[in-house]
Amino acid sequence: MPSTAESVFGFIGRRAVSLLKNVHDASRLINNTFYWTFVSPFKGKPVRIRATVSEMVKTGYNSVPIVAVISFFVGIILALQAAYQLRKFGALIYVANLVGVSITRELGPILTAIIVAGRSGSAFAAEIGSMKAAEEVDALVSMGINPVRFLVTPKLIALMIMLPALTIFSDLVGIFGGLLLSNMLLDINAVNYFQQTINSLLVKDILTGLVKAWAFGVVITIVGSYQGFKVEGGAEEVGKRTTASVVASIFLVIVFDLFFTTLFYYFT
Amino acid sequence: MKMGNMDNSIEVTDLVTQYGDRVVLKKISFAIPRGKNTVILGGSGCGKSTLLKHLIGLLKPTSGKILINGKDTTVMNEDEFNEVRKRMGVLFQGAALLNSMTLEENVALPMREHTKLEDSTIQIMVRMKLDLVGLSGFGKFYPSQLSGGMKKRAGIARAMALDPEFLFFDEPSAGLDPVTAAGLDELIVNLRNVFKMTIVVVTHELPSVFMIADCVIMLDRGEVLFAGSLEELKASGNERIRMFLERRPETETYSPEDYFRFIAGN
Repeated sequence: MPSTAESVFGFIGRRAVSLLKNVHDASRLINNTFYWTFVSPFKGKPVRIRATVSEMVKTGYNSVPIVAVISFFVGIILALQAAYQLRKFGALIYVANLVGVSITRELGPILTAIIVAGRSGSAFAAEIGSMKAAEEVDALVSMGINPVRFLVTPKLIALMIMLPALTIFSDLVGIFGGLLLSNMLLDINAVNYFQQTINSLLVKDILTGLVKAWAFGVVITIVGSYQGFKVEGGAEEVGKRTTASVVASIFLVIVFDLFFTTLFYYFT
Repeated sequence: MKMGNMDNSIEVTDLVTQYGDRVVLKKISFAIPRGKNTVILGGSGCGKSTLLKHLIGLLKPTSGKILINGKDTTVMNEDEFNEVRKRMGVLFQGAALLNSMTLEENVALPMREHTKLEDSTIQIMVRMKLDLVGLSGFGKFYPSQLSGGMKKRAGIARAMALDPEFLFFDEPSAGLDPVTAAGLDELIVNLRNVFKMTIVVVTHELPSVFMIADCVIMLDRGEVLFAGSLEELKASGNERIRMFLERRPETETYSPEDYFRFIAGN
């Protein structure tokens, strides 16, 4: 029987080794993904355009309704919450500033990212995971086709384009939600509200939101694909990995949000 | 079979594979002759699937050499190995067709990826390949709409897409009824006769072995138990080979000490 100290060090060692292996696998995937997306197309290995467009439809176009509804509601909620405080100061017109700035800088990108992580991040993990379980990934390798180039690159390009696009859409719908509520319940003239929003927003507010959205797109693709490629067993593990991909990508989206928000706070 | 012989297209020397502490393949060596059907035979867990994964480059061995056409694949990088892979076709156990694509697209995939052929040419070649395996007219079907046997035939069509030198089959008759399995075996024999390809089949199905094998390599507990022609296998007097051929169950005998240690939990 090993002593307590041996078991403790053994435990720490085993955890450290498996953690290091995960870090190693993840960095290799990130490295490969960026190589096959940004370097190899210039060396004569073109990106699969049709697959990319199909991914763009699945991840972007098909998310439009849900993004619209959620952004609209959040716009209304924000306007109501803002009015609750601003009414005390008779400054209701500043609802427009608050809604505009918080939607474009923060809520637009992060809400979109969370919806896409739930819809597409999980779909990536499930798709790649079930392909791994059915030996389809092995089949790709045996045909001399790199699975990262074949599967991950189209998804990465799709999300890098569609997440900022969805974010712009979410910004517009959210602001419209705030406008509608202010017009109907707070008796603010729609034109005034619109003017106030335009005046309060800076180009950098929208741009920082889009930079975040782009980064979130990369995070969601990498996490979903990483979890998919991690599948070794059968259907049960595909389910587990899918769940893990959603949890991990939402967590990492928020971590990156914190990072970028801090960065932009000091450097813009 | 002598080493370094030009008639051998694949030569394996001192191949060792370990998963952690467990040794799966223990320094095995054998050669696969060119233009013949070679069956790698063995019971479950003998390491035959692992061996196949080494041959097609899905796994790297712990040590040892695998020479394909005289070149050691264990020291190749991905790009070099991909050149070798273009001359290989593999049929996986579940056929492993891409479920998101039709049969035509599946068979066309290696051609689209590795050749610069016109799309119209590819279409014609795809129809030829599908016809070859008896699936003409099924090009627009998705893999989920096909039976197990048809999927495997489609898998063969895809493996043949680039007119390979080598064809590898992983348990071709697994999960098929005897009639379909026999049809598949016949197809494999025909492929060898017509195209003179080097075919390697991993299986444990005896009827298949007797039908398709020119040469047999039998693995047992990570070691090569037998390598030679089918006739030599049938004539062999080795106890474990006879057990396998006559389908006798393995009776594990414990010594009383072993049994005591086993139930005591160490």
